[in-house]
Amino acid sequence: MTAAAPLLSVRDLRMTFPGRRGHSAPVRAVDGVSFDLAAGETLGLVGESGCGKSTTGRAIVRLLEPTAGSVVYDGRDISRLRQRALKPLRQELQMVFQDPHSSLNPRWTAARIIADPLLAQGRAAAGARRRAAELMELVGLLPQHLDRYPHEFSGGQAQRIGIARALATGPRLIVADEPVSALDVSVQAQIVNLMERLQRELGPAFLFIAHDLSVVKRVCDRVAVMYLGRIVEVGAKERVYAAPAHPYTRALLSAVPLPDPAAERVRERITLLGDPPNPAAPPPGCTFHPRCPKAREICRAEAPLLRIAAPGEARQVACHFPESSG
Amino acid sequence: MAGTPEKLPLLSVEDLTVTFTTARGPVRAVDSLSFAVRRGRTLGIVGESGSGKSVTSLAVMGLHTGARVTGSVRLDGRELTGLPERELNRLRGRRMAMIFQDPLSALHPYYTVGEQIAEHHRVHFGSGRRAARKRAVGMLGEVGIPDPARRAGEYPHQFSGGMRQRVMIAMALACEPELLIADEPTTALDVTVQAQILELIARLQEQRGLAVVMITHDLGVVARVAHEVLVMYGGRAAEQAPVDALFAAPAHPYTRGLLDSLPRLDDGDDAPLRAIPGSPPSLLDPAPGCAFAPRCPRAAAAAPAERARCEGTRPELRAAEEHLVACHLSPHAAAHTRGGPR
Repeated sequence: MTAAAPLLSVRDLRMTFPGRRGHSAPVRAVDGVSFDLAAGETLGLVGESGCGKSTTGRAIVRLLEPTAGSVVYDGRDISRLRQRALKPLRQELQMVFQDPHSSLNPRWTAARIIADPLLAQGRAAAGARRRAAELMELVGLLPQHLDRYPHEFSGGQAQRIGIARALATGPRLIVADEPVSALDVSVQAQIVNLMERLQRELGPAFLFIAHDLSVVKRVCDRVAVMYLGRIVEVGAKERVYAAPAHPYTRALLSAVPLPDPAAERVRERITLLGDPPNPAAPPPGCTFHPRCPKAREICRAEAPLLRIAAPGEARQVACHFPESSG
Repeated sequence: MAGTPEKLPLLSVEDLTVTFTTARGPVRAVDSLSFAVRRGRTLGIVGESGSGKSVTSLAVMGLHTGARVTGSVRLDGRELTGLPERELNRLRGRRMAMIFQDPLSALHPYYTVGEQIAEHHRVHFGSGRRAARKRAVGMLGEVGIPDPARRAGEYPHQFSGGMRQRVMIAMALACEPELLIADEPTTALDVTVQAQILELIARLQEQRGLAVVMITHDLGVVARVAHEVLVMYGGRAAEQAPVDALFAAPAHPYTRGLLDSLPRLDDGDDAPLRAIPGSPPSLLDPAPGCAFAPRCPRAAAAAPAERARCEGTRPELRAAEEHLVACHLSPHAAAHTRGGPR
């Protein structure tokens, strides 16, 4: 990355949920996650369900209180700030959620939903409404529809409202948690294009959390792959997708079905055995070893650290035996 | 997709129409759908929410109690529509079976998975407890559940999502049906587990010569498993074609649009995605013409008279080389409509 300090610097972030009394051990949903995000950059956080990607996003914007670790935003650790001290920062840190209909208040009009963050920052009502109308237009909705309620919008339109709300205060960082996965295929592309355009025009940094590797490849500059609460590989998207270094990344990419029957017939697939392990009882050593085709003795005993994959490369990988291809 | 004369399709659906009565009037969820599936083949039915793909599968199984179902559904030559419930019950599970997106909704939480599979077998074959139990364990092993004898004694909640899906497949196939309808069977699963389940279905299909109907919204899944594809939009068939033809040269503008709007792993990211404007139609007040017309780039670019036809008249399915396509403006679509019943 550049020499300038990153906009967001996450170090050893941990989020532990207590187990059910007497039933299960505490769940380490996020287990020591570290990464940097530069201003205006888009980082994709990918992984399968239960890998901790959403929890990471929520702990960063303090919708959850992290158990340990630091979240340095613009030079300041916000992981322990009181909610009151956090409030002025809320205009810079915003979030877009997966299900637009459940994340928008059904009793509020679009105008009120979009203007709410502005009103919370003390803007006057008339000005906030004017700004809401501009934002509607910016995200491709008709400003005449300001006084409609969420149920009067389709899923894609409602997600546009969610995005408009996130943009209202001119944030510098947007955490988007699966923003297109609840939408119909034909509508996903509209929202992907919208986010790409807004990123270009307004330049916020995005932490884009998704399980769909094709969408992440499309939207992001860099990608971090998570498995069981940890980042196993992170680097420039071109590198990670073209030459995955971690066996899990390789398997994940090879499992995605391509919309191309001829390619599908000849494609080499790495089929992983079993399911992702229970985060309440993670395997010892590298947590991926029970499913890893390359696992050896050391993998069962020692957890690999996230480190530079190859000399001269920014990409990092947590594996004792990373792929060494170019 | 016409079955060759020497090999009649196992499942043959003609002019299937499913109408629900709602407080806001009748809703035609599936409209004049025809398709066929042969043994050992997979038909992929693709569509978005409200396209009618799931309603279609339930209608084939005779599981719509509150809807009016017309048309013909033939399994191995035998007409299923209008059969009394008792007769259908004898066929369901025995000759045709279905798996769903959410296995928990199809498995009973109070019974062990072994009991549930065994009961299935006893009902259809009248086998004794011990034989049925043995069959259940064998089936669990066949679908790749490790230590099947022990796991047969466990309850559905003790299985992971992927393992539960395997249990449902074991239950569906315990009585050796010839037709398997899979309704979004991997949508709730992670991609690495999805790959396992798709492989399992393909293996079982090969071993048993199953005819499979795979219902999905995921064009990647279709490309991986299907031989023939039916693309549905607004309750109707937009296009039907062999899988290679469909992906290589989609004839319907909706199929084309879907493929163009997909972000892809195997492609560059330079140009913006060509999104389809608008959203899928509501079935409550269907447009008089082509359901896709309001979103269709081809209709938008057409001369006023042509566009009026798209907006005012339903396009019939027409043969165009290997495709059947329901589009007034499809360049390939020859003037002749599809012939009578196959």
